[in-house]
Amino acid sequence: MSLAGRLAGSVVLFLAIPSAFAQSRYNFQEPVTSVAEQIYSLHTLMLIICLVIFVGVFGVMFWSIFKHRRSRGAVAANFHENTTVEVLWTIIPVFILVGMAWPATKTIIDMKDTSDPDMTIKVTGYQWKWGYDYLHGEGEGIAFVSNLATPRAQIQGQEEKGEHYLVEVDNPMVVPVGKKVRLLVTANDVIHSWWVPAFGVKQDAIPGFIRDTWFRAEQEGIYRGVCAELCGRDHAFMPIEVHVVSADEYSAWVEGLRLASVAQAEADDREWNQSDLIARGEQVYAATCVACHQAEGGGVPPAFPALDGSALVAGEHGPLVDIVLNGKTGTAMAAFAAQLSDVEVAAVLTYLRNSWGNNVGDMIAPEEVAAARGV
Amino acid sequence: MAAVIPDQLHDHHHGPTGLMRWITTTNHKDIGTMYMIFSFVMFLAGGVMALTIRAELFQPGLQVVEPELFNQLTTLHGLVMVFGAIMPAFVGFANWMIPMMIGASDMAFARMNNWSFWLLPPAAILLIASFFVPGGATAAGWTLYPPLSIQMGMGMDMAIFAIHIMGISSIMGAINIVVTVLNMRAPGMTMMKMPLFCWTWLITAYLLIAVMPVLAGAVTMLLTDRHFGTSFFNAAGGGDPVLYQHIFWFFGHPEVYIMILPAFGIVSQIIPAFARKPLFGYASMVYATASIAILSFVVWAHHMFTTGMPLAGQLFFMYATLLIAVPTGVKVFNWVATMWRGSMTFETPMLWATGFIFVFTMGGFTGLICAIAPIDIQIHDTYYVVAHFHYVLVAGSLFSLYAGAYYWLPKWTGRMPDERIGKLHFWASLIFFNITFFPMHFLGLAGMPRRVPDYALQFADFNMLASIGAFGFGLSQLIFLWVVIKAARGGGEKAPARSWEGAEGLEWTVPSPAPHHTFEEAPVVK
Ligand code: HEM
Ligand SMILES: [Cu+2]
Ligand SMILES: [Cu+2]
Repeated sequence: MSLAGRLAGSVVLFLAIPSAFAQSRYNFQEPVTSVAEQIYSLHTLMLIICLVIFVGVFGVMFWSIFKHRRSRGAVAANFHENTTVEVLWTIIPVFILVGMAWPATKTIIDMKDTSDPDMTIKVTGYQWKWGYDYLHGEGEGIAFVSNLATPRAQIQGQEEKGEHYLVEVDNPMVVPVGKKVRLLVTANDVIHSWWVPAFGVKQDAIPGFIRDTWFRAEQEGIYRGVCAELCGRDHAFMPIEVHVVSADEYSAWVEGLRLASVAQAEADDREWNQSDLIARGEQVYAATCVACHQAEGGGVPPAFPALDGSALVAGEHGPLVDIVLNGKTGTAMAAFAAQLSDVEVAAVLTYLRNSWGNNVGDMIAPEEVAAARGV
Repeated sequence: MAAVIPDQLHDHHHGPTGLMRWITTTNHKDIGTMYMIFSFVMFLAGGVMALTIRAELFQPGLQVVEPELFNQLTTLHGLVMVFGAIMPAFVGFANWMIPMMIGASDMAFARMNNWSFWLLPPAAILLIASFFVPGGATAAGWTLYPPLSIQMGMGMDMAIFAIHIMGISSIMGAINIVVTVLNMRAPGMTMMKMPLFCWTWLITAYLLIAVMPVLAGAVTMLLTDRHFGTSFFNAAGGGDPVLYQHIFWFFGHPEVYIMILPAFGIVSQIIPAFARKPLFGYASMVYATASIAILSFVVWAHHMFTTGMPLAGQLFFMYATLLIAVPTGVKVFNWVATMWRGSMTFETPMLWATGFIFVFTMGGFTGLICAIAPIDIQIHDTYYVVAHFHYVLVAGSLFSLYAGAYYWLPKWTGRMPDERIGKLHFWASLIFFNITFFPMHFLGLAGMPRRVPDYALQFADFNMLASIGAFGFGLSQLIFLWVVIKAARGGGEKAPARSWEGAEGLEWTVPSPAPHHTFEEAPVVK
């Protein structure tokens, strides 16, 4: 059959697709917070209302397309106004909208209620990774950076892609189950957006401003999200991974981190020689700098300058320490003062000065970095 | 106010010939034609960018383009399609049709009309050339949010300059339309007798005049933040990056109506013609258009629910946005009521118009879903939003442009469009459009963000489907080129003055193709 048949066929198809498969492939991810659950059912409600209106309106339209066509001998009527009908189809939608707005309002009020949290974590978006600082509650003082864990080789197609391709990180956020976690979200360079679909949380991370949001995960598990605001080259490569664990496991995690940082501080608190600094610096470079300046130090000019052969890298210590501690405004070069310890800055700079084509041959001591911070 | 006195009072053309004819022309039909050719060229350019994007997204992993270039492509695809393809196409329609519909001899300011067109090619060259400067084109997304847009290279400055030029062009075009519609109607052509296309364009023109300066202001602030030490959008200097978003979307939301109101106008001309029955609820259509335009100024922050607005802000913008659904619904109901008990035939223009109502309305529904703030917080910046705005911009604006092009092609060229090929174009577009964009709803719901060159594995199958659809859709558009070239070269059936049996309006009282000068003597409308 010609037009009507084909169009009607496509209607059936569109109606069938969303309703026939209810798995998360076609819908929101399984919610694990009350907010996400409310959002899920709001969406279901909206879908039903829209489908009913859709069937109503297009039922009439396709009926008309089918029956009132000239090839079936239809003769055109001449009406073109009917105040009653027009008032009705203005007023009735208003009531339907109120029916939608009512539950949505309740959910918004709930989403905005960040009072009485059990713990507070500050989330900082960087180009292109997330920083987490545990500010209040158990684990207070923990701070770490969370990077994409998927190897570049998988992205470039030189290796088979793993199950959690692009949604896995080296240091996931860990939180206890059933606790109200308040997030203070901000950013260091450009706008990012912290999004975990299963929690129903998406909050833009805005440089210079702090916004708050919250979640209370009701189920243990691993939940994955991504940065949702275009933030430059590696926007697709700064995922979020949250481990929701039992209270005991959480305490164990906190204790483990405490012990590790004590051990690291003890290990760092010693006389450093050049080769140890270079070895340590290589790790820091791989974790912190490589995303922009690249593995071989070649950068991606002009946005991300090469460090290999750079006059600044090979030049005086002062400006070099300064750009890493304080960044360079107006560019993607962030201030790393809060993120890296004195030893780490000294190590990475010593590494830079003695890698690839650079061979200054000296070292930058942690004390110099400490002194530069003091200024 | 007197109409512009045409240079020549004879029908054939005495002015410069060859290229100079087009550069110096002040004739609304020539200018309309140039607008349309320009917009189709830009449409193809933006399409090539889109297909490159879809080629990269065909599979997970990076294969075709690096992330930097990918982001440049998404940004320029958006800018080129919005400012280069859709908006100029509607201005082209306005130029061709408004004077003929209201019985005027030309646009009110014929020389300004020439200038507003000729500003566009330099702007387009700036945009396209920015790919080839150091650092490439701007990659901050077509919304150009700072601080990311502050980080960009000189491609960003070229884009800012291009936006300034296109903005000036739009404002001049809009002033011309307002004055033409208000002052140059033939005797008896009262406002409430005007074809709906003229009404929707009149209201659109006011929107343009109101918001293009706002966009110009926003990008100028970016420019001074980038180069002249201001800190409008820099928190460290006391500014606020979110301020930019407010200004941008104060322009941006009316902008989406700028791209859809004339579409409503075109469809409102075509449905009655092929239902052979007057438009249902003409007056309510006018009021609905005006209400949409007014409401469009108070809903902008629905693009910003995830910035963390105060509760009252979220509620206000949610309610205001929901309210826009009412006049939009009224329009759809009126079109369906126009069809009801008509005597319908489905020539190509009617197919496009019917397809428009059907698919555009799906975009309306997803818009309603996006208006619900809690849901929007989940789907903002995901492929769901990409699906939503392509349903309203491609299936809405673009389909209506095709509907209008097939409808008025006989008036422009004197030849009927090839029905067989036109129908093929319609069905191929409708089917491939849905194959491309329908799966994007699922992608967004399941958690795929937008503006990414690579994605997690669970999104692989729908992305592949969307890419296949996109190539089908892209290629289908070349069919249109064939239809137009065939008609323009004089192929196909000769068109009578009233080219479609049920078509009403002054444009159908002049011969097809319309002579170079029409209505030098104003017709009298009873
Ligand atoms: C701790 C690790 C890092 C170190 C040691 C480091 C070091 C440097 C140095 C020494 C320079 C100056 C290069 C020159 O002008 O010759 C520089 C510039 C730059 N870095 Fe980094 N960098 C690091 C991390 C990053 C990261 C992760 C990014 C990307 C977000 C980045 C982006 C840039 C950019 C864009 C510039 C150029 C600024 C300009 O326009 O002058 N850097 N970096
Ligand atoms: Cu991002
Ligand atoms: Cu909007």
